[in-house]
Amino acid sequence: MRYSGWKVITEGLLGNTGWGRAWRDPAPKAEYDAIVIGGGGHGLATAYYLAKNHGLTNIAVLEKGYLGSGNIGRNTTIVRANYFLPGNSEFYSHSLKLWEKLEGELNYNVMHSQRGHIILFHSDGQRDAAVRRGNAIVNQGDDAELLSVAQLKEMLPYLDYNQTRFPIYGGLIQRRAGTARHDAVAWGYARAADRLGVDLIQNCEVTGIDTVDGKVIGVQTKRGAIRAKKVGMVVAGRSSQVAAMAGMRLPIESHVLQAFVTEGLKPVIDHVVSYGMGHFYISQSDKGGLVFGGDIDMYSSYASRGNLPMVEHVMEAGMTLMPMLARARVLRSWGGIMDMTPDGSPIIDKTHIDGLFVDAGWNYGGFKAAPASGWCMAHLMATGQSHEVARRFRLDRFRTGHVMDEEGTGSQHNLH
Amino acid sequence: MRLTCPLCGTRDRREFYYSGSEDYLNRPAEGAPIEAWDDMLHLRTNPAGVTKDLWYHETGCGSWLLVTRNTVTHAVLATELVAARKGGAA
Repeated sequence: MRYSGWKVITEGLLGNTGWGRAWRDPAPKAEYDAIVIGGGGHGLATAYYLAKNHGLTNIAVLEKGYLGSGNIGRNTTIVRANYFLPGNSEFYSHSLKLWEKLEGELNYNVMHSQRGHIILFHSDGQRDAAVRRGNAIVNQGDDAELLSVAQLKEMLPYLDYNQTRFPIYGGLIQRRAGTARHDAVAWGYARAADRLGVDLIQNCEVTGIDTVDGKVIGVQTKRGAIRAKKVGMVVAGRSSQVAAMAGMRLPIESHVLQAFVTEGLKPVIDHVVSYGMGHFYISQSDKGGLVFGGDIDMYSSYASRGNLPMVEHVMEAGMTLMPMLARARVLRSWGGIMDMTPDGSPIIDKTHIDGLFVDAGWNYGGFKAAPASGWCMAHLMATGQSHEVARRFRLDRFRTGHVMDEEGTGSQHNLH
Repeated sequence: MRLTCPLCGTRDRREFYYSGSEDYLNRPAEGAPIEAWDDMLHLRTNPAGVTKDLWYHETGCGSWLLVTRNTVTHAVLATELVAARKGGAA
């Protein structure tokens, strides 16, 4: 069924009885041409593009829980392409272009809203860095614009511009950046992949990866063995556990990242705003809740919940920047498990086992990357070659020294 | 989370700086192949469960601690001074 405005009207008249399932619930077959482990945003996107771009339709996505039950279902929903480093810059640029056509492509409303993303700066040094970053973004072909304090005051009148320690010197805006409805991205990719014949198999935890003579031949699951000559591991925070089934240690440490949402308020924050002096970023959802987050808790964790010191830090940063936040009440917070690499950049690569591929290390920035990650992982799995915009996301880059440290803080697990 | 420093007692997590996995204690010998260094510096078992990692008591006594804890529950199971281990601080 194709979703459309007409369909909404006719279904409204018919009592919404004809919608049907958004995707099938198939039993796993004994063999597929390719298997994607992980039914999150990246895994579902990988399956969709394998089918759409490469004609591989005899494939399956194996998901431990339900589709979109991981970080794609809980994040701060920011979509942007304001990266600096060669390798990251072209990748996120590609992703943003895919975002801009996603709803038509998937026939699904992902509520992509290009409301603009503003990074604030608070010193002359930060201004120089923002100019340099802006120039790199423009050279990549994307948009970036420097905003003066006067322009900012027009757009963001609610900021405290004269904070004693960190007065606001200006901002860098990317107007094409914004937000999207996170769950809808998973659902849209799932439904579109299913329509192309991909089997989406839920409650199907992978328990082993079978190899013979250095080649992958399939996986063991809680619903039996499934054969495939190509297997992609796309499991975010659980990457280390799945890779261990193939005898691998990845350059990944899992950390918890917390985020928060307030009760629904009238429209007050029209953009995505990032604080340059504290780790804090905020936007307002279409439902009215203020959605904001901070830095990771900074030690390895799978607890799916954070610690109070980081809660305090995020609230302090928020209050310093936007004193009006004092009147908002936080409804809930959550912690996601982030697959952190030493340099803060991702991995889309082959492994030492023939036919086994890995897409991991998305750190705290995986949401905006989902379309391009799926696109490039599908390209790698189908052709055996890295896609040109993902060719630097190599698994061995820490050994060879080709690290991609976007933050410039160093290539070490506890620094990102 | 609170950690028990063997010298200072039980202290708030904010007094400590997290360095990373105990892999850092297994420093390769001089002349070891680059893979051994990659193993120590970058590759991680990253367990969901009991792990051992290094913490620095930054705003306390300045000791390096080897902490045994559970990454799923955040329970701290044991702490010891790295300097008190056999062979000392690697």
